[in-house]
Amino acid sequence: MKTTYTLMRATQRGRRRFFRGAFATAGGAVLAGCDRLSNNEAFVDTLKSAQNLSHAAGKVVAPKRAMAQEFSQADVPASFRGNGTLDPMDADYQALRQANFAGYKLMVTGLVDKPLELGLDELRAMPSRTQITRHDCVEGWSCIGKWKGVQLGHVLDQARPLPQAKFVVFRCFDSMDGPTLDGHDSRYYESIDLDEAHHAQTILAYDLNDHPLPVINGAPIRCRVERQLGYKQAKYVRAIELVESFAQIRGGKGGYWEDEGYEWYGGI
Amino acid sequence: MDIEATSPPPAAPAIAAPRRFYRHRLPVRAMHWINVLCLTVLLMSGLNIFNAHPALYWGQVSTVKPWLSLRAVDTASGPVGRTQLGSYEFATTGVLGLSSVGGQPTARGFPSWATIPGPQWLAMARHWHLFFAWLFVVNGIAYVLYIIVSRHLARDLVPTGLELKNIGRSIVDHLKFKHPTGEAARRYNVLQSLTYLVVIFVLLPLVVLAGMAMSPRIDTVFTGWVGLLGGRQSARSLHFLAAMGLLLFVAIHVFEVIVAGVWNEIRSMVTGWYVLPAEHAKKEAQP
Repeated sequence: MKTTYTLMRATQRGRRRFFRGAFATAGGAVLAGCDRLSNNEAFVDTLKSAQNLSHAAGKVVAPKRAMAQEFSQADVPASFRGNGTLDPMDADYQALRQANFAGYKLMVTGLVDKPLELGLDELRAMPSRTQITRHDCVEGWSCIGKWKGVQLGHVLDQARPLPQAKFVVFRCFDSMDGPTLDGHDSRYYESIDLDEAHHAQTILAYDLNDHPLPVINGAPIRCRVERQLGYKQAKYVRAIELVESFAQIRGGKGGYWEDEGYEWYGGI
Repeated sequence: MDIEATSPPPAAPAIAAPRRFYRHRLPVRAMHWINVLCLTVLLMSGLNIFNAHPALYWGQVSTVKPWLSLRAVDTASGPVGRTQLGSYEFATTGVLGLSSVGGQPTARGFPSWATIPGPQWLAMARHWHLFFAWLFVVNGIAYVLYIIVSRHLARDLVPTGLELKNIGRSIVDHLKFKHPTGEAARRYNVLQSLTYLVVIFVLLPLVVLAGMAMSPRIDTVFTGWVGLLGGRQSARSLHFLAAMGLLLFVAIHVFEVIVAGVWNEIRSMVTGWYVLPAEHAKKEAQP
């Protein structure tokens, strides 16, 4: 299992130690049973099936166009917490950063009628949306930020997705296991469905709190998917790819953290 | 259990024979044990989820000082576990903030023996939690519908005016660990039924509602409704506090079961049959 967070590394070592310790006590037997189940693929698949129910229920009770709460300027703190990758060490990213992202091009590819390459000036010239929203991390913390960017739906309308396109995949610059060496690709990626992509609050943000997006928060472009958890909001977006299925991409689960076991549906 | 086998010895003919009665119907028994399973898994997987960010706040965001945090802090003599509650701090090494995982002191909110899975593993804890949350909600809705339709609610759970008037007596009896006997044991006593009503109609809906308030998608049902709970971080706090309230209820519930006669109580929730305890007065008449 490849993770970058030191906490999660420690977790894995702890996990192995835990198994040795737990079996030693009778009280630990039930817990050990639960932990054995946690490593049983069929059982975990059953547990994970609940996300389909959650996704379906979310769609029923909260309609497609329902809006995430927006806050006022007074609610915006001075800084926005950075989490996950804070400074991508990848050479291509570093080079762009040196030039203040002058050479940055957002690629829009895959199942589209008209592939696009958009520079930051072009993205900034498009109609913008500004929203003050709350970011909820899967870990449990929240913070409020003021985001400005172009609606993803607007960009997609220009690229004209083909009828078979079902998902939008965000390809990012940051390698989660350090810079790409021997061909092993651990760069962050994420995916959302087209309903979510066309939602009014789903934007490709280039400003945070009235300033260009800081590097720790995903410069030059990060996606905001306001009705889902933080790990769905891809930072350092390099390319947008429209696909029919993400089963063939990397671990096949639709995102970096999804491949590590988290739910694809991050709305709960 | 055979009635004859538990008949009183002939030396005390004044004592009425213990009588069995069918106290819990099958749906209630089944839903009770499903609930036991759900609450156990939900509590323990919830503590694992809590451990991913072992602090609680009031308001929308976590950029303020927490009202509760369980942290590991480095000191000159090594790491210690520290629990902060408001402006108070306690050393809780070994249990909260820092505890042993496979013999190794590890920074974690709640210890591994209290969490599912045991190791810190947020993704897996969420799978457990969200699966059993569905089972718990479906079971809970079925239960509420059943107790209304079967009139279990109106007949057994809602106390009568007379019972409410005599609540003082019931409190005194509870403090003396004196449990109703004979015919009086057929009915839930007034404190018991009020507690059940608070759990069923206050704590359980609160834990579900506050849990749903943490879902970014459910938050959009009525834009801003999470503000009614005080904000998203308040909802997380209320979810935790309601869970602790349920844990307190379970602790008292199990204690009362033990005090009132553990086998009789457990049997009644497994087979449905409950043996009425003999009358106090007659018992006291014995030499």
